[in-house]
Parts: sequence; structure tokens; C-alpha cells
Amino acid sequence: MKLRISYNIAKTHLLTKKKQTLVAMLGVTFGIAMFIVMISFMQGVNQFLEDSALDASPHVRIYKQLTSDRPSLIETLNPDGFNIIHHQKPKNEPARIKNGLIIARHIEQQPEVLGVSPQVSTQVFFNTGAVPIPGTLAGVDVAREEKLYRLSQRMKSGSIEALRSNANGVILGRLLARKLNLKAGDKVNVTSSTGGTALLRVVGVFSFGIQTVDDARGYVNTAKVQELIQKDANYITDLHIKMKDPLRAIDFGKELARQYDYKVEDWATANQAILAGEQIRGVMTFVISFTLLVVAGFGIYNIMNMNVMNKIKDIAILKATGFDGKDVVAIFMIQSVIIGLLGALLGVLIGFSLSYLLSITPFASGDFLAIDTFPVMFNPLHYALGVIFGVITTLLAGYFPSRKAARIDPVEILRG
Amino acid sequence: MENSDLTKSAEERATILKASHVNKFFLEPVKFQVLKDISFEVKKGEFLSIVGKSGCGKSTLLYILSTMDTSYDGTLEMNGRKLTGRSQNELAAFRNEHLGFVFQFHFLLPEFTALQNVMLPGLKLGKYSAKQVEERAYEKLRMVDMEEHALKPSMKLSGGQQQRVAIARALINDPTIVMGDEPTGNLDKANSDMVFDIFREISHNNGQTIITVTHDPDFAAGGDRIIEMSDGYIISHGHESKIQ
Repeated sequence: MKLRISYNIAKTHLLTKKKQTLVAMLGVTFGIAMFIVMISFMQGVNQFLEDSALDASPHVRIYKQLTSDRPSLIETLNPDGFNIIHHQKPKNEPARIKNGLIIARHIEQQPEVLGVSPQVSTQVFFNTGAVPIPGTLAGVDVAREEKLYRLSQRMKSGSIEALRSNANGVILGRLLARKLNLKAGDKVNVTSSTGGTALLRVVGVFSFGIQTVDDARGYVNTAKVQELIQKDANYITDLHIKMKDPLRAIDFGKELARQYDYKVEDWATANQAILAGEQIRGVMTFVISFTLLVVAGFGIYNIMNMNVMNKIKDIAILKATGFDGKDVVAIFMIQSVIIGLLGALLGVLIGFSLSYLLSITPFASGDFLAIDTFPVMFNPLHYALGVIFGVITTLLAGYFPSRKAARIDPVEILRG
Repeated sequence: MENSDLTKSAEERATILKASHVNKFFLEPVKFQVLKDISFEVKKGEFLSIVGKSGCGKSTLLYILSTMDTSYDGTLEMNGRKLTGRSQNELAAFRNEHLGFVFQFHFLLPEFTALQNVMLPGLKLGKYSAKQVEERAYEKLRMVDMEEHALKPSMKLSGGQQQRVAIARALINDPTIVMGDEPTGNLDKANSDMVFDIFREISHNNGQTIITVTHDPDFAAGGDRIIEMSDGYIISHGHESKIQ
């Protein structure tokens, strides 16, 4: 009942000063709209980069690191001595994972693992005419690779089945194929670093949308690589693991690192640049959003302050006729809340519209990313946050002028 | 109460307002005593005028009586209840229920209609439903002959009309005491007479007490009693001349 009177007075004040109300509202609207556009866009970029990194790379990768700083012989023999080893070279050992296939089978049985793909990868030269072009050949089991990376969806031409049925087949990255001027059906000669050569037939072209992959990688059958580098059928260099929940990868990777004496790398470590970028964008988003809201808040504060000054006589008369401080605070707080809520709702609408426009704006990223328009994330949480921030800002901005209004001494005003 | 010489013909009437030893200082710009040991009583239904030259402290006294000014020494009692030392919110609720105000410069809320202005203190009191408050407001507006202007925005009314609406507003909660600060100070003769007639009617017919500060000798003379002030003292408590 009491609030109802305050609400009616507040409503009348707002409606008789429509222009002023609108200006105050637009301050909030603009702040919230920009906040939503900013956060949707930044989160969209983060999500996009994270997705493409997670999609195209294993959640956990196990491989043998040849350049590891292994303890030298003299240090193992004489651990307490004063040893100086200068310019230590890596040991000559194959990059293989011993019992790789057995390890793969074992890991695959873990319930949280989506799939494991054992691979043999090697550096090769693709010979196009007289020019050797460096690249990587990954010997894979196509069915497993499909399970991990949905390879069939990334094919630009040809198919993964063709690779399975053709022992000499190769699927090339889009940029690599362009560089080599090869199309599905063409033949290409490769030379491995150990000197083996093979004539491969291009059966398809894939694109992950990541430059470093599309520019260098070719997929062949495991046996073909093993043959090329003259190794046996158990020779495995990499285990790619996909988890059901990518966030579990870090803990799972640590667990594997304890079990096996190989280098275990999770996606977060492999994509530190992306995660660092994400953090920087996060801070930027926060700073800019905060500034926008503070500016909007000061706008409302000014207008509410002016409003209180203009209404000082009315406040005095209300107090004289028995309205107390709380009623006066309520009158002005209700005005702030109405301005804040309407402004925030309008801001949400405008923010959504702008985000939508941005999400359909063409964006030429070149070969770097597989993307046609700006990545924008539409998350209801961001909109809710915008409204909550907007209302909190207006509450704060309205509180101080309201308190001032409540403290007005009616005697001073009424005596003139 | 026996010590007061003005109770002689009014024993049957209760004391409604009692001020004892009220002292008031202004601290700005220099310390100055504006009220000096003011003590007096007002009876129920009395039409009291406070007169005196400008700066004699009569308005200051009125604002202390109105409970809006709380920085004074001494005590103020209404209906035997002490008002001195109560919290601002308590006093606001008290004013709402028991006091009505009419000021020199009408002081209506400009955005609201005459009717809404009258209704606001009634809605605040919350004793009646909104519908009842509206009926009562129309009744009060009829009393001041402003019924046909009820739905006009108050800023579109003339000064005399606004003052009459302000009186209707002061009366909406049937206050025990109606206080006026130069209620006719800004009005022409016709409107002044009208205000006076309304005040007289409510004091004599409804038993509501009227306390006004005025410069208008005719207005003061028409009341029951005149308190005269000078330099912060009450120099005359007046006599109850027209008890009916």
C-alpha cells in the first residue's frame, strides 16, 4: 500500500518529464547493448578458437620426446659429484612408443575416453617436379581417425573410404594440395627423411580450417608409413586420445604421465596461445563493459540528482504532509529502477540485434581460419547478466540522490 | 493548568497542544536566540492566531509546533503525548494523522491533479481504501468549492484556487490541528475571506484546532484568540473572546 503511493508518484514524475526519462534510459540502454555485443563477440571468438583447437587436435597426445633433457650417464653414476656436461646431444633412438597398440587398447577401455588413434607420423618431402615441399605424413587407421576427428565431414573432395580401400592412397590438406597443384586422382611422389620413397595417389583433400594443419599434413594408411620408413607393423609414434569431456583431459593426461614413461601433452598445454588470448580478451571485455556501465551509472546519477533538486519543494511538502524518509527514498529509487529496467530491456533488444547483425556480417579470414562471418555467441546468460548489471548500476546511481532527497529538511524549503 | 489565566472560561475544553519553555537558537551566521522561553497552551477547537512583526520568531515557533523543526530546547506535548525527542519517521506519521498544513505559497505538487494532491496524505495514512479516500477528497473539495476543478492539473489553477485545494488537502485526514503559515498572505480579499470562513467553520463545527501565523489583522481578529510576539517573547497571550 505504502509502496503503491510511492510508485504512483514516481510514475507521475517519470511521465511528466518524458524526455529526461528517455535520456536517462538511453544511457543504460547504450551501456547494456554494448556490453552484450562485446561479451557475445568476445565469447564467440573464444568459443570458436577453442572449438577449432579442440576439434582438430587431440585432447591428450602421447609421444616419445627425443630431445628430452635426460640425465647424463656421468650424473647417474656420480650424482653427488661436481659434474659439468656441455652441449649434450639426444640419444640415437627411434621415436617409437613401445607396445603402442597395447597401450592404445588399454587406454581405450577407460570409460571417460571417447577414442584412441595410434599413429605413425614422419617428416617427408612431397616432390612436385624438381621442387621438394616439406610436409608430414600421418599413418592412421582411418576408422579411428574418423571417430576422433570426424574426418569425413572435413573432406573437401574425395572420401575417407577411398583411403581405406587404396593402400597407396593419401588425403592431403587443402593448402598443401593447392601448393602441390594436386587434385583427387593425381599421383605424388614422397621422400622420407630416411631416404625411402613412395608413389602415392591422392584420394581426397581435407580442410580443418587451421592453417598449420591444412598446409602440411597428409593422411595415409599406417602400413604405408611403416613401409616408407622401413619399420615393422608395431611401430607407433603417437597416441591421440579424445575424451568424452575435454575438461577431464588435463587430469587424465597427468594420470597417463604417471603410468607411462612418455611425453603426455594435453590440449591446454598444446594450445596455450589460444588460452592466453582468451584470458586477455576476457580482461578486455571486463574492463570495457565495466567502463560502459560506470559511464551509464554516472549518467543516471546526474539525472537523478537534477531530478531531486528540481523536486525539492515537492519533497518538502510530502514530508510536511506526513511522508517519511523511507517513502521519499522509495519514490526516487522506484524511478531509478524503472529507468534501469526499461533501459536494460531495451539494451538487451538492441544488443541482440547488433550481435545478430555482426554474426551475419561476412568476414574474410583468408586461409587462416575456416570462418565466413564473425563468430558471435548467443548465450542467454549474457543477456541476464546485462539486465542484472543494468539494474544494479541504476540502483547504486539512484541510491545516493534518493538518500539526499530523504535528508532534505522541509523547514528550510517551506520557509523560503 | 490552574496557573494559566486563560483557562478561566474554558474548563470544559481539553488542552490539545502545550509548549513549555521552548528556546530556539539560530547558529548561522552568528548565534542568535530567536525564541525565548515560550510557554503556552491551545484548547481543542480553538482558532488561534499568532501575530507579530517580521523576524519576531512567530514562523519559527509555528514550524516547531508543526514537529518539522526538532532542534529546540523545551518540550512540546499534544493531547498529553510528548512529541519532543521522537524520531523523524514517527513525527512524519504523527503529522500525517494529526496535523494539516496550509502555506503562504500553496505548495501543491504541480504534476498531479487537484484531486490527487488532496488524496495523497489520505492514501499515505492508509486508514481508508483508495475509493473511500477519493470520496472523502471530493467531499473536502466540495467544502472549498473546488469540486469542478478536481481533475485539473494543479499547475493550471489560479493562486486562490490552489490555496483552496491546499486547504482541502490539509483536511483530508480530519487532523486534530490545522496550521497555517500566512495562509492568506498571497490572496486577494475575496479568497482571504473564503479561507477564513473555512477555518472558522472547521474550528467551530468540527472542533478542529486552528493555529495560524498571520500579518492580516482582520484575519487574526476574526479568530478566538491572538498571541502576540515580539523579539522572541510572547508579549500577549490574548483572551478567548468568542467562545461559542
